[in-house]
Amino acid sequence: MSLQIKLKKGGNIKLKGVANRTVVDAPASDVVAIKPQDFHGVIPKLILREGAKVKAGTPIFFDKENADIKFSSPVSGEIVEIVRGARRVILEIRIKTDGANTAEDFGATDIASATKETLTEKLLNGGLWPLIKQRPFDCIANPSDSPKAVFVSAFDTSPLAPDYDFVLEGRSEDFQVGLDALAKFSKTGVVNLNVPAEKEIRFNEDDTFIYSDDTGKQIEIDYKTASNASSTSGSSKAIKAITDVYSKPGEIFTKASNVFVAEFEGEHPAGNVGIQIHHINPINKGEAVWTVNVQDVAMIGNFLRTGTLTAKKIIAVTGSEVAAPKYYNVTVGQNLAGIFEGNIKAAEEAPRFISGNALTGTKVEKDGFLGFYDNQLTVLPEGNQYDLFGWMVPIQPNKFSLSHTLWSWLTPSKAYRLNTNINGEARAFVVSNEYDQLLPMNIYPVQLLKSCLVEDIDAMEGLGIYEIVPEDLALCEFACTSKQPVQQILQAGLDLVKVECA
Amino acid sequence: MKFLEKLVDKMEPNFEKGGKYEKWFPLFDGFATFLFTPKHTTKKGVHIRDAVDLKRTMNTVIQALVPCLLFGIWNTGFQHYKALGLLEEFGFLEQLIFGAIEVLPIVVVSYAVGLGVEFAFCIYKGHPIEEGFLVSGMLIPLIVPASTPLWMVVIATAFAVVFCKEVFGGTGMNILNPALTARAFLFFSYPKQMSGDAVWVDSSIPEGYVTAADGVTLLNKVGEAVGSIDATAGATQLSKWNSTIAAVNDAATEAAGKIKVDEIMDSTYSLWEQIAGHMPGSIGETSAIAILIGAGLLLHTGVASWKIMASGLFGALFMTLIFNTAAANPYMAQVGPLDQITAGGFLFGLVFMATDPVSAAQTEVGKVLYGFFIGVIAIMIRVFNPAYPEGVMLAILFMNVMAPLLDHYVIAGNIKERLARAKLHSSNH
Repeated sequence: MSLQIKLKKGGNIKLKGVANRTVVDAPASDVVAIKPQDFHGVIPKLILREGAKVKAGTPIFFDKENADIKFSSPVSGEIVEIVRGARRVILEIRIKTDGANTAEDFGATDIASATKETLTEKLLNGGLWPLIKQRPFDCIANPSDSPKAVFVSAFDTSPLAPDYDFVLEGRSEDFQVGLDALAKFSKTGVVNLNVPAEKEIRFNEDDTFIYSDDTGKQIEIDYKTASNASSTSGSSKAIKAITDVYSKPGEIFTKASNVFVAEFEGEHPAGNVGIQIHHINPINKGEAVWTVNVQDVAMIGNFLRTGTLTAKKIIAVTGSEVAAPKYYNVTVGQNLAGIFEGNIKAAEEAPRFISGNALTGTKVEKDGFLGFYDNQLTVLPEGNQYDLFGWMVPIQPNKFSLSHTLWSWLTPSKAYRLNTNINGEARAFVVSNEYDQLLPMNIYPVQLLKSCLVEDIDAMEGLGIYEIVPEDLALCEFACTSKQPVQQILQAGLDLVKVECA
Repeated sequence: MKFLEKLVDKMEPNFEKGGKYEKWFPLFDGFATFLFTPKHTTKKGVHIRDAVDLKRTMNTVIQALVPCLLFGIWNTGFQHYKALGLLEEFGFLEQLIFGAIEVLPIVVVSYAVGLGVEFAFCIYKGHPIEEGFLVSGMLIPLIVPASTPLWMVVIATAFAVVFCKEVFGGTGMNILNPALTARAFLFFSYPKQMSGDAVWVDSSIPEGYVTAADGVTLLNKVGEAVGSIDATAGATQLSKWNSTIAAVNDAATEAAGKIKVDEIMDSTYSLWEQIAGHMPGSIGETSAIAILIGAGLLLHTGVASWKIMASGLFGALFMTLIFNTAAANPYMAQVGPLDQITAGGFLFGLVFMATDPVSAAQTEVGKVLYGFFIGVIAIMIRVFNPAYPEGVMLAILFMNVMAPLLDHYVIAGNIKERLARAKLHSSNH
């Protein structure tokens, strides 16, 4: 390992409903949707209207600000509906699949000889460019930029996040081609691939763990009985085998080429690519770093290898309200009704469905659509009930705090069924050093947020707004005693700086 | 409890926008959220929130103050009967009862006035009732002498809430610590009633006890006691030390001064009395043990900054050792670091007032400097200024004012670092 970085600040939130390590195909989605609002800052201009026939990879709309950036259909079929909201803003473009799975052919790319320009053109035409995002601002990368580095985080530390080693099993060829392509954009000539120093082994709720042995056979072992058994027993050996294999980043990452690998140790948000950039190659004013989600690297690689778009990904369906949390093989823009139907625990009140994780995800309807960038669904109970003297009682088994003001610190390994209650009311900033302890960056978060609130651009720049995006402060927002809308404040600051300075 | 929930649900529309009692919403909201954590759910941003909120944080501080309050109640009664020489006749329970009669009205008045003023401002300005005063309302009684007249508590509390907090925008916006502002107001507005040796202990005749069963003998004893009250029985440790300076200056000859100083030093309280706290002083400040129990809770929960406490202690030690080395007068020479720290309001101020997150420095480096200077200045005022036996209040208030400046330079350092990095980077191209 060339570089090891240990982060002391941060905190993990353990929720119930870890996805079981099995993948099933999601029920075929009759309708998929592209939601332009998933692309922050993009003003969509439609290329095709209702009734148009599309193939996978056919461009549907482009960005008004940059007409080169096109967004394409993930499936073949017909545009059946364009859902508009207030002031005719486009919310969803719904495409009815024809089941034929025909795709536009962009021609396979020989990655070794491909230049940056040919790759740019190909990705733009195929509608895969939106997968490449840039810092600052966490918006879609500008194709005419040349970034000083390209970063990929191989792990996610947010609550119930998917295990990317598992998700990418068997996709090393696609992944490597994706890396090779991205490396051509970077001034460093390689992709910065950041892996966890040690992964937590996440057992299923019933303390079992499913893994594949050397022959590819799936084996399920019970952690409880195995750890009680004598050391000579087979299952105890299995435990050791699991620990040896699954606590380390997978070979797909460690054996990748064209990369600069760094190991990160620490709690959430250590897996956030923004934190990793800050420690390896921090962004100064006027610079850009590109980031791509690790699964999207494989999607790009597959597209370049085959010349056709296969808009498939594996997502983790998680959360305490999911009856059988596991991984699903889905289409980008998948309708969620089929995934949730019959898989939600019975409850008096409808739970909250989130596309993404509990900290940064977007609320969706039960029959809504998967967000473009999301690799996870989370279902949590709503918390719209009163709690008598809830602010006073120190021992509450169903409440969790990163602070020591509740007794939840006594049970660090316990997983919680947290609901969406705010647990208090919004107040002015009072407590200091609360955010600082959860943000492993050399940034003063409260002062930065205050500069966003007063729209002082000089102060925002000085305090490091180019290095940070809302997801990096999501944990601070979770922990905030004053219940401040931290991500929203930062987003408003970023939007202002983008308009004024970029 | 379902019926209470229904009641709140039923009443709520009357107080909401357009409702009959729209103006009183802050009051309704204040009571409803005291009773229940509201059923509001997350709308934007994170979907889950930490269980901690400002009410819980403030409540933690109040819990940390309970040992000081209980000890203060007992000590008030103990000092009272001790001054009268009636410790044998009036036992622990009676001391506790007398203390409660003296102290609890101050607590009640402090809360009633402070919350009343807050409610009025909240209704006037239409913002929700905030929790800051829950702590201030407990701190004010603990930092005044037990004999403080209630009308003074009323005026000081009202002054502090209005001019120290509400005019700046309420909880989280104030520059000075509100409770200390109340104390400073009393100190400077009523110097006659608030300083000197007589204010710390109530040595009036205990009414009611004279008619007890053995009333006659008791009455005689009480009469005797009152006749023989030592005028300096209520002197605090600090005023004793402070008077050594005057003694040296006043004495006609050096030898006479020395004898006087020795006399005073012989009459001071022992270190054990300072640590346990059975000596005169403001209600909550005397017992180092009670304060340290509270400090333990604050540090464990992370509600108060250990950096402020540690650097404050270090500052006080540092200054005392310098004075001990200089030894220009008997005070400097004879009062050691442990004496200084456990005497007066130093520990109480450092643990509960200096760590107020709103008026303290906000940055971690700033906190270290802030605490250190509180320690240094507090001891400096004690030793140098014959007019102020206690320097903690002024030290904390002064550093409250200076805290934004400390933060400003710490933040400016971070900005400079970032600029330097950007310059270095662009020069490499």
